[in-house]
Amino acid sequence: MGGEGLGWKDLEIGFVVTEPGNASSYKTGDWRSERPIRENERCIKCGLCYIYCPEACIHEDEEGYFEADLYYCKGCGICAHECPRSVISMVEEKEE
Amino acid sequence: MTKGKIVGLEGSFAVAEAVRMANADVIAAYPITPQTHIVERLSEMVADGDLDADFICVESEHSAMSACVGASAAGARVFTCSAGQGLELMHEVLYIPSSMRLPVVAVAANRALSAPLSVWCDHSDVMALRDISWIQMFAENNQQAFDLTTCAYRIAEDKDVLFPTMVHIDGFYLSHVIEDMVLPEEEEVAGFIPDYEHPFVLDPDKPVSMGCYGPPFIYPETKKAQDVAFDNTRPKIQEIWDEFGEIFGRHYSPVESYKMDGARIALLTMGSCSETAMLAVDELREAGIDVGLIRLRLWRPFPFKELREAVKQLDLLVVLDRAISFGMGGPVCSELKSALYNKREDLKIVGFIAGLGGRDIQISEFKYMVTQAQEKVKAIERGEEVETEIIGVREGGGR
Repeated sequence: MGGEGLGWKDLEIGFVVTEPGNASSYKTGDWRSERPIRENERCIKCGLCYIYCPEACIHEDEEGYFEADLYYCKGCGICAHECPRSVISMVEEKEE
Repeated sequence: MTKGKIVGLEGSFAVAEAVRMANADVIAAYPITPQTHIVERLSEMVADGDLDADFICVESEHSAMSACVGASAAGARVFTCSAGQGLELMHEVLYIPSSMRLPVVAVAANRALSAPLSVWCDHSDVMALRDISWIQMFAENNQQAFDLTTCAYRIAEDKDVLFPTMVHIDGFYLSHVIEDMVLPEEEEVAGFIPDYEHPFVLDPDKPVSMGCYGPPFIYPETKKAQDVAFDNTRPKIQEIWDEFGEIFGRHYSPVESYKMDGARIALLTMGSCSETAMLAVDELREAGIDVGLIRLRLWRPFPFKELREAVKQLDLLVVLDRAISFGMGGPVCSELKSALYNKREDLKIVGFIAGLGGRDIQISEFKYMVTQAQEKVKAIERGEEVETEIIGVREGGGR
């Protein structure tokens, strides 16, 4: 987001944000305690995970698989829950 | 230097005239006793074409303030008013324009809070609004209701201020009473409140985000910025009141005094009962008691400097509260003690509560407070606990 280092004197009046759409730079991925892991062999590329993702952070890659953007993915597990083939499992995040 | 014409006007109509002369663009308000006449009059003015404004008939006070926030964010000059329970329902939204630095102007016709249901005046509603970061001031009569509403626009919209501003008028005492007052020339008022431009407005050609999400890494910085900016409004408020005084001949300041020459004791009041207190001071002075009156005109931001100056010569300050901070005493008295702590250790401060739920405060009761406060000082000096007395409350217990 780039605002982490701002002091109170740096803010616009009324905390107005002058850069349109800068919410997209806000990292929500660090809220995550579990990450979705996909088993490609059994995935039928139906895209239901893409449809259900409440964060809209899943996108289709060049091979047609649906990949979660971990910059935004909060680890809610809805994709794993909805997957008709149960190819997505939630794996605990470990400290790096 | 009386300019304009002398008219007899109800306090509510005086406020409505001030809003009309300020040429407000958007009015969003919900009627509630004792504020209703203000809304009714403004609605008539808009319907009759006397005021070119959008009048939004909202379904609640919560919506009234929400509409004001939106309109003000679009750069409009807005107005709303409420009282008592209405201000409570509006409460959540009151913090928004101040945090977003939108110059909304509002008038509160002060009213007690339920239960039991009371439509009559006291300052319980005011005290619930202490921390909303609005500039807040008290009028004592209808002239001041007009003048301060006019000044509220200049103050709120000043580029060095940009905070919402609220004028408190005591419900019924001012809102429903007809008094003679000077109504200035419209051109002069228009000259005093020129069009203003907010540095940020909702504009598709220059998009900005307002009222954003503030995660822990930035929220404290936004509040610090707000607090500093709010503190810094004090000199500007006085400057604008001075300019008003030069043009219109009526002068205002954050702390105003009456017969304070040589006073060792002073009463302290806010709002319409200050005029009753003046009569009490007259009578006490005639009886040879060195008493004066201090009136808090500006309630927020709190006028620390002016208050300390006003009490410099005093031995005893007698504070009237028209509200109870349950479990704490009189809220104004608590704040004054806090403002003067470590500054005047020899000054005794004694608080009384009176005028709850529209119970009249008589001249004799102000005189009683002055006499009784001196007795309480003796008790304090003997090391006794002194309770905050509610004047004139019946004890009963004989049933």
